Amino acid sequence: MTVSHNDAGRPLPPPAGAAPGPAPTPGGGGADAPPAPAIEMIGIYKRFGPVQASAGAHLRVYPGEIHCLLGENGAGKSTLMKILYGLYAMDAGEIRIRGRTAVIRSPGDAMRAGIGMVHQHFMLVDDFTVAENVIAGMEPRRRGLIDMAAARRLVAEYSRRFGLHVDPGARVEDLSVGQQQRVEILKALIRGAEFLILDEPTAVLTPQEADELFRVMRQLKAEGKTIIFITHKLKETMAVADRVTVLRAGRDAGSMPASQTTPQRLAELMVGRRVLLQVPAPPAQRGPALLQLENVTVKGAGKDLLRSVNLQVRGGEILGIAGVEGNGQLELEEVVAGWRTPDQGRVRIAGRDVAGMGPRRRRRPGCAHIPPGRPRRGPAPALSVEQNVVLGRHWGQPYARLGVLRRPAVRELADAVTSRFDVRGGRGPVGGLSGGNQQKLVVGRELYHNPWVILACQPTRGVDVGAIERIHRELLDMRARGAAVLLISADLDELLALSDRLAVIYEGEIVAEGETGQFTEEMLGLLMAGQRPSGGSGRNAAGRNGTGRDGAGRDGAGPTEATAGD
Amino acid sequence: MTERTAGRRLPAAWAEVLGELALTAAAVALALLAGAALLALAGYDVRDAYYNLWDGAFGSVYSVADTLVNAMPLLFAGLAVAFAFRGGLFNIGAEGQLYAGALATAVTAAALAEWPSVPLIAAAMLAGALAGGLWGLVPGALKAKTGAHEVITTIMLNYVAILLTTHLVKQYFKAPGPVDQTALIPAHARLPELIAGTRLTWAVVIGVVLVAAVDWLLRRTSFGFDVVLVGSNPGAAVYAGVPVAARTVWTMAVSGAVAGLAGSTMVLGVLYRFIANFSPGYGFTAVAVALVARARPWGVLPAAVLFGALQAGGLTMQLFARIPADLMTAVQGLVILFVAAPGLLYAWRRLPVAAPRAGTAMTMTAETAAEGAAETAAGPDNETARREAGP
Amino acid sequence: MSEALEAIFHVNTLTSTLRLATPIALAAMAGTLSERVGVINLALEAKLLAGAFAGAYASYVTGSAWLGVGAAVLAGVLIGALLGLFTLRWRANHVVAGIGLNILALGLTTWLLQVIWGSRGTSPVVPDLPGWSIPGLQAVPLLGPLLSGHSPLVYVMLLAGPLLWVWLFKTPGGLRARMIGEHPEAADTVGIPVRRTQFLLLLAAGALAALGGAQLSLGHLSWFSQNMSAGRGYMALAANVFGRWNPLGSMLAALLFAFTDALQMRVQTLPSPPPTELVQMLPYLLTILVVAGAFRKARPPAALGRHYEPGRSGTE
Ligand SMILES: Nc1ncnc2c1ncn2[C@@H]1O[C@H](COP(=O)(O)OP(=O)(O)O)[C@@H](O)[C@H]1O
Ligand SMILES: [Mg+2]
Repeated sequence: MTVSHNDAGRPLPPPAGAAPGPAPTPGGGGADAPPAPAIEMIGIYKRFGPVQASAGAHLRVYPGEIHCLLGENGAGKSTLMKILYGLYAMDAGEIRIRGRTAVIRSPGDAMRAGIGMVHQHFMLVDDFTVAENVIAGMEPRRRGLIDMAAARRLVAEYSRRFGLHVDPGARVEDLSVGQQQRVEILKALIRGAEFLILDEPTAVLTPQEADELFRVMRQLKAEGKTIIFITHKLKETMAVADRVTVLRAGRDAGSMPASQTTPQRLAELMVGRRVLLQVPAPPAQRGPALLQLENVTVKGAGKDLLRSVNLQVRGGEILGIAGVEGNGQLELEEVVAGWRTPDQGRVRIAGRDVAGMGPRRRRRPGCAHIPPGRPRRGPAPALSVEQNVVLGRHWGQPYARLGVLRRPAVRELADAVTSRFDVRGGRGPVGGLSGGNQQKLVVGRELYHNPWVILACQPTRGVDVGAIERIHRELLDMRARGAAVLLISADLDELLALSDRLAVIYEGEIVAEGETGQFTEEMLGLLMAGQRPSGGSGRNAAGRNGTGRDGAGRDGAGPTEATAGD
Repeated sequence: MTERTAGRRLPAAWAEVLGELALTAAAVALALLAGAALLALAGYDVRDAYYNLWDGAFGSVYSVADTLVNAMPLLFAGLAVAFAFRGGLFNIGAEGQLYAGALATAVTAAALAEWPSVPLIAAAMLAGALAGGLWGLVPGALKAKTGAHEVITTIMLNYVAILLTTHLVKQYFKAPGPVDQTALIPAHARLPELIAGTRLTWAVVIGVVLVAAVDWLLRRTSFGFDVVLVGSNPGAAVYAGVPVAARTVWTMAVSGAVAGLAGSTMVLGVLYRFIANFSPGYGFTAVAVALVARARPWGVLPAAVLFGALQAGGLTMQLFARIPADLMTAVQGLVILFVAAPGLLYAWRRLPVAAPRAGTAMTMTAETAAEGAAETAAGPDNETARREAGP
Repeated sequence: MSEALEAIFHVNTLTSTLRLATPIALAAMAGTLSERVGVINLALEAKLLAGAFAGAYASYVTGSAWLGVGAAVLAGVLIGALLGLFTLRWRANHVVAGIGLNILALGLTTWLLQVIWGSRGTSPVVPDLPGWSIPGLQAVPLLGPLLSGHSPLVYVMLLAGPLLWVWLFKTPGGLRARMIGEHPEAADTVGIPVRRTQFLLLLAAGALAALGGAQLSLGHLSWFSQNMSAGRGYMALAANVFGRWNPLGSMLAALLFAFTDALQMRVQTLPSPPPTELVQMLPYLLTILVVAGAFRKARPPAALGRHYEPGRSGTE
């Protein structure tokens, strides 16, 4: 559960605009008083079982602005917006649109009120074409049938008008995440949205794609649309927002024009205390290579999912894998975890070829595997904390003997893990714990046995701030102990904060590898998109000087590499 | 610390069981009520009918024994279905597995007739378990290998088993006479009576021991842990390194073996021979038994008795009130529906609860639902959610 | 051997294939409809059985087979409504609810069979549906005899396949239905009434499958017999999987199943038939084979069997 801050306990006094209650003058200056708000949410409350997701949140959005809703994971941003969009019914509060109280019971009501929303998890049918996805629910017809030609024309027209380029006939499955996002925006625009909610749209984009999205947002603003932009990234807020509302623990912690605040100030409002913007990790004491991938190739239907991947992770270092999701990360995880046998090449752990060793046997000598925080894969919600803690080690000593579980040993383990990793929420079914505690439990389960090879995949996705800090600290601790950590993450900030070295994966190939300091965010973005950063930066060596690539030059020099270089 | 958590958990677990018990009782009552409505609509005297039902089920020592005799195949088959449920699999094939087990038992008992009693019975039952296990293994392997949904394959295999055993009897094992049946098994192969003068045999004891064994297997062994894990959360099972496909095969095989024993005890304790088409649908009633038991091994015991009572009572009702006993099959169907629908029976308890809390219960159930059969044990989830929500 | 070959290709085998396929095909298409909106429909068996019974009973009482068909449809709709109530409103597991309904239908029809007609085997003969012929078609060789003299429900089945295909893949309603089965949240967010659509399609599926039941008792035979559906509902579901959740595919798969059934019956009329039981096993074995083959490549609707509460989408 996220830590809930009550007013009394706040280390920082709430800013002037944060006091809940009747309209304070926005901006604090008052010189150029903005017009009446277009959307007003007043004292919104919403509870999910034990979690108070909205606790009296206020939001005031003015017409024609880009309004940034800023807050940490779990602050209640999505909940607030889903209430506005009619997906959740609020427990208490009021919504006003253009000054009039609005009753929004369903997305249909929201659409009629001119509200459109692009969800954090896309609401697209993979199996449908772009046009089908866009027009479902408002199909152009001819003689009772869907007029597909008209639908395609409509989509093409809107995508031209707003600079959102997509092929109306393409299947959504085949589109990149960025393109899918455009489809979602088109969906809202075609339905006549005047107010557009974008829920963490940049989370899935490369920095360049994000810039492109910001361009689109500005264009929409120029067309007179109002945009609510949700993020937890300060840089983005400063880059596009006209106004910012910070949400913390379900309530607004401050609202001000972006021009009158600083990233440092916003960070404080978000977290509720002073924050160091980056935790500097002590330099690595590198040991021998503990995890090695040699020429690993995984073939898929028609194309290689992994192509001649060479990587090595040494003791005492964290190697981060950067890449847009779906570029082979899953297969990499599977190969290292031992679920999948590579079609070519081998995996070595501590120098030993582990071909033929399943996940069970790899775990025994000291490998750990931390699965994503969302979708939550690690814990079994229906089972108890004790059962979850022993999961994966329930076959052998000391937790089982001759196939019979040893209760006292298991119980001791549960005590030890929950106290060392600060897992709260009782001993019942793990499904009853908050997401952050569930993930801490999984991390604890994996790290408690002091592994020396750690595979961590999106370990903090969808997890609240407190748990993220904790998990990061644990990973750094393991590194300090001399473990080799392979960190696969879609979150560039996480990668840059934790990794000693980075490798970029694109279409199953490692396209660049080097010390973290050699990469800038822009370079990473380009590499992740399959382009090579322009050679002039003086850092182009980063792309090719990785230790693991020595033997791969010949195998890897296929056509893909040639085009990737263009 | 350890003491305290254990102390706290026990009453919670009991409250959960009690809550489920209340819900199950409500479901059965509702189903019987619907049955009464049908009786009334058809112009029968409901009181007379239900009096006979009760009398035939629990009215005397003999009717209680009769109920228990009827409960025996349901106990074994229900346990089989419950075990598969825990492993996330719908074994609707207990019917076919018990046919396989029954024929194997009858044939073995005849073939080893010179053996002394105890080893003979043991061998015959082992043969039944093996045959049932094989018959269960097939859909398990099909599921693991090809993904073929076990509901369809097990049901199809039921038909195949019935036809195949009939064919085998006709072709190879038929005793003289018009009926397609084997010869009687030797007298010393029969399960001894438990209470003289009743048809109650040692099958009861074997059944209770088996229940305890399955419960122990599920709760205390690494294999059972795997089964429950695969059943409740296949995703986490994969992460933990459980060989899911192999577990699927084994779960179905063990389930089939237990169902095979249902056939064995029918042959060794009731029929004393294999008769083509002998089962009135024990395998299907077993699904109801497992559901009512919420897939808990110890729950199978009372659940089997309940449905045994419906069968024994139904027959009395048919004899004395002249009401076809098949009504009880319909009642079984209703019990399944009511037990399986948490929303229906929780409705009245949800009313005073604030809306968002109910929402949590729902999302929690939905999460498990996606995982498959775990849904059938949805009761505990709702309970937990409500408890967590607090006052 | 040539006897067997002759049996296979005899035109009678083909016409009886059509007749036998009708219940399975109608039920399979019903399965397609409900699974396309995300509801696993194991209750097809119940719908067939209830349809067969209601059809026979109404025909017996009123003397009109057409009223029998009407009654069958009502019974099917009722079961569809029950399936909807239990799975959608009361969040019962779809498979369990289907099995419960099947056992309920089996018990109830067997009981009523005895209550009404005093027999646990079959009902008396009831007025059945007339055989129809399409004028002009009769003269056409091969096709003429093949497509003539069937019960009207056979033609309903033959028409339903293409019509449902058009509806599902070419009309707004079909697009919306498919969207619900793939991604109910997405459908919800564009204002498609998820619950109502699911319910309506379950009712339609009930009617369709029950027509198949009516074919059993009023078209193919002219009486009801105990457990008359004999697992055809499950075969229909398998046909739906084999047919890739496509009405036309379902129909063709059902024809394949029925062909083995027809063959099986035909083989038994041979002068020296192989053992009855072994031959009778064929359709069931074929179903298992088909299912094992089909699931490997199957891509069922993504939200099949999931419980979705409109307006409560817990995507977290
Ligand atoms: N459908 C739901 N059921 C239960 N809890 C939820 C649900 N949606 C959100 N929550 C909880 O509410 C809190 C706020 O979530 P959310 O609004 O998604 O935060 P944000 O979008 O700011 O990251 C979190 O603790 C989350 O776990
Ligand atoms: Mg969010």
